[in-house]
Amino acid sequence: MAPKLPPHHSLQHSSTTATAGGQVHDDHDHHPQPRGIMRWLLTTNHKEIGSLYLIFSLIMFFIGGIFALVVRAELFQPGLNLINPEFFNQMTTMHGLIMVFAAVMPAFTGLANWMIPLQIGAPDMALPRLNNFSFWLLPVAFTLLLSTLLMPGGGPNFGWTFYAPLSTTYAPPSTTFFILSLHIAGVSSILGAINIVATILNMRAPGMRMMDMPLFVWTWLITAFLLIAVMPVLAGVITMMLMDINFGTSFFDAAGGGDPVLFQHLFWFFGHPEVYIMILPAFGIVSAIIPTFARKRLFGYASMVYATASIAVLSFLVWAHHMFVVGLPLAATLFFMYTTMLIAVPTGVKVFNWITTLFRGSITFEVPMLFALAFVVLFTIGGFSGLMLAIAPADFQYHDTYFVVAHFHYVLVPGAVFSIMAAVYYWLPKWTGHYPSEILGKWHFWLSVIGVNLTFFPMHFSGLAGMPRRIPDYALQFADFNLVSSLGAFLFGFSQLIFVWVIIKCVRGGVKAPAKAWDGAEDLEWSVPSPAPLHTFETPPDFKPVQH
Amino acid sequence: MSGGSYYVPATSKWPVLGSLALGVMMIGAGMALVHGNGTIVMSLGLIGVLTVMALWFRDVVMESRQGLYDAQMDRSFRQGMGWFIFSEVMFFAAFFGALFYIRVFALPWLDGEGAKGVAALLWPDFSATWPLMSPPDPSVSGPREVMNPWQLPLVNTLILVASSITLTIAHEGLKESNRTACRNWLIATLALGFVFVIIQGVEYYQAVTHYGITLQAGIYGATFFMLTGFHGLHVIIGVTILAVMLVRILRGHFGGHDHFGFEASCWYWHFVDVVWIGLFLFVYVF
Repeated sequence: MAPKLPPHHSLQHSSTTATAGGQVHDDHDHHPQPRGIMRWLLTTNHKEIGSLYLIFSLIMFFIGGIFALVVRAELFQPGLNLINPEFFNQMTTMHGLIMVFAAVMPAFTGLANWMIPLQIGAPDMALPRLNNFSFWLLPVAFTLLLSTLLMPGGGPNFGWTFYAPLSTTYAPPSTTFFILSLHIAGVSSILGAINIVATILNMRAPGMRMMDMPLFVWTWLITAFLLIAVMPVLAGVITMMLMDINFGTSFFDAAGGGDPVLFQHLFWFFGHPEVYIMILPAFGIVSAIIPTFARKRLFGYASMVYATASIAVLSFLVWAHHMFVVGLPLAATLFFMYTTMLIAVPTGVKVFNWITTLFRGSITFEVPMLFALAFVVLFTIGGFSGLMLAIAPADFQYHDTYFVVAHFHYVLVPGAVFSIMAAVYYWLPKWTGHYPSEILGKWHFWLSVIGVNLTFFPMHFSGLAGMPRRIPDYALQFADFNLVSSLGAFLFGFSQLIFVWVIIKCVRGGVKAPAKAWDGAEDLEWSVPSPAPLHTFETPPDFKPVQH
Repeated sequence: MSGGSYYVPATSKWPVLGSLALGVMMIGAGMALVHGNGTIVMSLGLIGVLTVMALWFRDVVMESRQGLYDAQMDRSFRQGMGWFIFSEVMFFAAFFGALFYIRVFALPWLDGEGAKGVAALLWPDFSATWPLMSPPDPSVSGPREVMNPWQLPLVNTLILVASSITLTIAHEGLKESNRTACRNWLIATLALGFVFVIIQGVEYYQAVTHYGITLQAGIYGATFFMLTGFHGLHVIIGVTILAVMLVRILRGHFGGHDHFGFEASCWYWHFVDVVWIGLFLFVYVF
């Protein structure tokens, strides 16, 4: 019995439409593409899906940013001024959850979607329909998550780390919806990561060996592996929460033989690789931009690959450094302290690599380069405060203070977020065919750098002086630091409107960009026209390995 | 490495409908759990998810039958399935990890042993045993008896191991284009999987009614039901996949070298089998 076959015109076979060199063509003999909103709902094209991810991430960046500004407005001066403490807790929690899961992660996935097929000479992602599914799960997940703010008892209020029993026994009723929305986001991440691994391992242009891949591709391959390994653990731990809340199990309740500390172990087994998921692609971006604008090859390509892999391996062995004060056996404390300090070695390899790439380069300071250079300096500050936190006896002092807030915001904002902005400025010519405005871009950059440092640098001092995190009111001696932080936060937040302006302007027009938009750019994506046509590399490109 | 004829599918409505259906299902589940009135919404969502899955896979099967997939696409499917199973392994690892942590660290500490034995101050009379028959706090009543691994669980172990063997024979049959053998051994595998689920149901009934093992019976009941429950769910999914494979065999799908759908279902079934071995050892025996 032969199955009923779908009408042939609904199928595209790329060989029938391929032209030489993966150049633009619009002579497809298949059905016209759906238009309007349906085009975006039904697309299987990696560039369109990449754009969807990036736009979604930008919207969420502003929503999470507004939550942060609510927090900073309350902390502008001591005393309970604007909002009640319950709402304050919901704002800190939602800020963290939205920024991690809905802004930074989708932004990197969007960049991966756009750039990985272009950088490896593939016609699309390996599993294009699955790709669309991964994206459309996100609006569903985060609409559900944001809706918890309107539910009786309010939204999640236990911090983005949602420690039990705050998130189980003492949690608002909406927590169940929070868990379910995180499940959807997790499915999205896992499927997206599987797709990226399959694409990288399977779709490279003929002749491109693993060690010929651009570092953005390498870092994403390793990131995707981390995602596949730890997102299921997150799914497991939130399922245990769901059972504790709704079905009376006692995973995180010592009364029944469970242990609340078990929650923290499981969470951080996910959570520590998760923070590297948010920084490894950033390393890849910076490793693309610095050689381009220094007009030199990356100093040590292979060492970058091995350093990335080492960081990924170590990320599974350091999770309990988040838990030094929870009551760990001494042996565990020492083990996790030493493994954590080991991470400084591969990270140092990376930082020295970027610096030695700059050494005696012909450097120019276009906007992507400015963001990349700021990344190197400011991320390294975050790395150093991380080393301070890694030392267990010192951590007893810093733990749960604003010092920790300063540390992870330095690695995430001028780290991950700056790298995303650098990537957007770097690849906008390829996406739109126009250069982004240099003048506006520089305004955006300098206001962001000043804003970020005003916001987060004083937190080192308030933290070392003992100001605890996640509180709506504080002792008077912290007033000046908090005032500066709040001013900086509003400066940084409003500067991002320039970013939106730059992007809109660039989409609508501007100085035309050639295929190779930047002088020193070498990777494959610069061999296709700007803007990149909807379909590229339908026949594999001629790839000649660059000597790394 | 990229071939010259990579198949890029046309636009598809299944992904966006699937995510919508999943959202409806989750909202229904949340309403059912929090407000007690979402069962209908959840069921509609579930039906939506299953329908979309069926139609999506149907499209893939048709495209495969039309010969649209080349060797590269085949590799993408293989890698996709392999990594998916790895993610499933990590999901179970979280629950096994919880079990080991509880048994090796948490309970001895509550009993006053080890580096954090100070926890014994909470419930000075508590003594740690595994399976945990009397949870630390008297408000939680533990199970009355433990599962005997050498009765139904042993039978189920033998059934699952046997099913892995029958499935391998079926696969060998398909490779040699012996479709009758493949069909018969696949039916045998399905029957074994089906019997496993029935026996697991009987075991659950005994656990709840005779042994007092429930989700609420302290950490033993919680780990027991979550591990075996998620495994049972995976067996049901596996049986469903194998049933689809049987239908495809009966319809003349698959060739001796061209049957990744069948092979993927074999991978999945063996994975479910291996998880059970872990369960049998660490949930039932030791």
